[in-house]
Amino acid sequence: MQSRIDPSGSQTLSPATGMGPALLSMRNVSKSYGDRKILDGIDLDVAPGEKVALIGPSGSGKTTILRLAIGLVEPEEGTIRIDGRYLWHEEDGGRLRRASNKHTRQVRRSVGIVFQQFNLFPHMSALENVREPLVHTIGLPRPEAEKRAAGLLAKVGLADHLTKRPAQLSGGQQQRVAIARSMALQPRVMLFDEVTSALDPELVGEVLKVVRDLAHETDMSMLIVTHEISFAIDIADRVLMFDTGKIIEEGPPSQVLKAPQEPRTRQFLRAILER
Amino acid sequence: MDDFAAFQAYLPFILKGIPVTLLVAFLAMCVAIPVAFILALGRMSPSRSLNMPAGFVIELFRGSSSLVQLFWVFYVLPFFGLELPPLAAGVFVLGVNSGSYMSEIIRAGLNAVPAGQREAALALGFSPQYRFFRIILPQALPLMIPPFSNSMITMLKFTSLVSLVTIQDLTFRANMVASSMGDSSSIYILVILVYFGLSLLLALLGRFLEAIVNKRAGRSISLFGSANPSRIPPWALGRSG
Repeated sequence: MQSRIDPSGSQTLSPATGMGPALLSMRNVSKSYGDRKILDGIDLDVAPGEKVALIGPSGSGKTTILRLAIGLVEPEEGTIRIDGRYLWHEEDGGRLRRASNKHTRQVRRSVGIVFQQFNLFPHMSALENVREPLVHTIGLPRPEAEKRAAGLLAKVGLADHLTKRPAQLSGGQQQRVAIARSMALQPRVMLFDEVTSALDPELVGEVLKVVRDLAHETDMSMLIVTHEISFAIDIADRVLMFDTGKIIEEGPPSQVLKAPQEPRTRQFLRAILER
Repeated sequence: MDDFAAFQAYLPFILKGIPVTLLVAFLAMCVAIPVAFILALGRMSPSRSLNMPAGFVIELFRGSSSLVQLFWVFYVLPFFGLELPPLAAGVFVLGVNSGSYMSEIIRAGLNAVPAGQREAALALGFSPQYRFFRIILPQALPLMIPPFSNSMITMLKFTSLVSLVTIQDLTFRANMVASSMGDSSSIYILVILVYFGLSLLLALLGRFLEAIVNKRAGRSISLFGSANPSRIPPWALGRSG
């Protein structure tokens, strides 16, 4: 897939690679719930293929970043672009106006998300969960969609569980179905929202392994909210530390996770590691 | 026994009311279900120009007597130039009245589906129609069926109101016979038993529907057993393959 030319002319360079337009780009994004400001003027660029880990205390805004990136919530301020296209805006003679729902749906398609609570469709089998977006969102003929869905499920180690409903699968298996499902539309940016937090400790490993393999094998960009520090060190190119709606420290994992500069980051990491 | 002979003679006349009662109930239900969905979706809409009128209709029909509503439609509307035949008036009032109650069942059922389901469907790029009919509704229906079947049974008995606008249903015929016979107790016992039997049939139909939608939603219940499907997944019981 060719990356589109940024129509506004203000191409953002990715800080990680210093080259090429960012695949995901947020400018001055703010989001509040009621009178609580969750994110406050965030600027963020993610390069193609870049893996970014998001850490920070709960309520610091890291999950909200993911929900904004896939358009589940709309920011009050700022712009979000995926692969050069505005998520919530359309250009109209050099000016931005609110885009139609259809436009947002179209742009959102380049982004996939895996939720903390899996959010599989309980009335569908594992295969149907992965097949339906292929059939209904991109209009693949059913036999082909089925074949591709089965392939994706085999890739996450679930070839023997195609006909099972989510309730018949373990948490780790459900989460792997969810990963296969979000991969179905071949997103260019994948979002992982604390994907192991709802799992029994015993099942965390199998899911992390799948995510790790994906990170190493694919050239998708990834935003990963996680509390698994060694996992973040292993797969992230860059780590962002969030606190009270702002990015307070960022850099490669060797720096942010191993030798943090900010006292707040140090305090946070100590608290998690001592757990 | 003179009374018994008279009772026997009148029996076929009374029982001929059963199909009329069933017809009114059936037609009213055909009105109620679409009305209920329209009112529920209207009320859940963020747009004020949709949720205000829907809320108004719901509260109007829930908040006044069904008998008065029926008299209004049948006896008052003709003064405004709208004259409905008795059956249409009865079906309209019963349908919209019951639909108003059922709309709240639908709203509760739709709201009970976890928000994560909507978010996952949105994230996967499904169209609004697909999200409603294939993701949300199949999960909400199993929750709606038991209270729906309550509404159906309640409405079946409310059909007796149409006897007051000249429709010759079970109640109408029973009243006629009772007023011409000295002793009305046997007739009203009969009428109660018939309503009871019809309600029982509706209750069974409800359980049947419940079993179907539960099966489609990935749960199974028996027709006569516990209404609570087991939520314990088989792998937890060590039955996984």
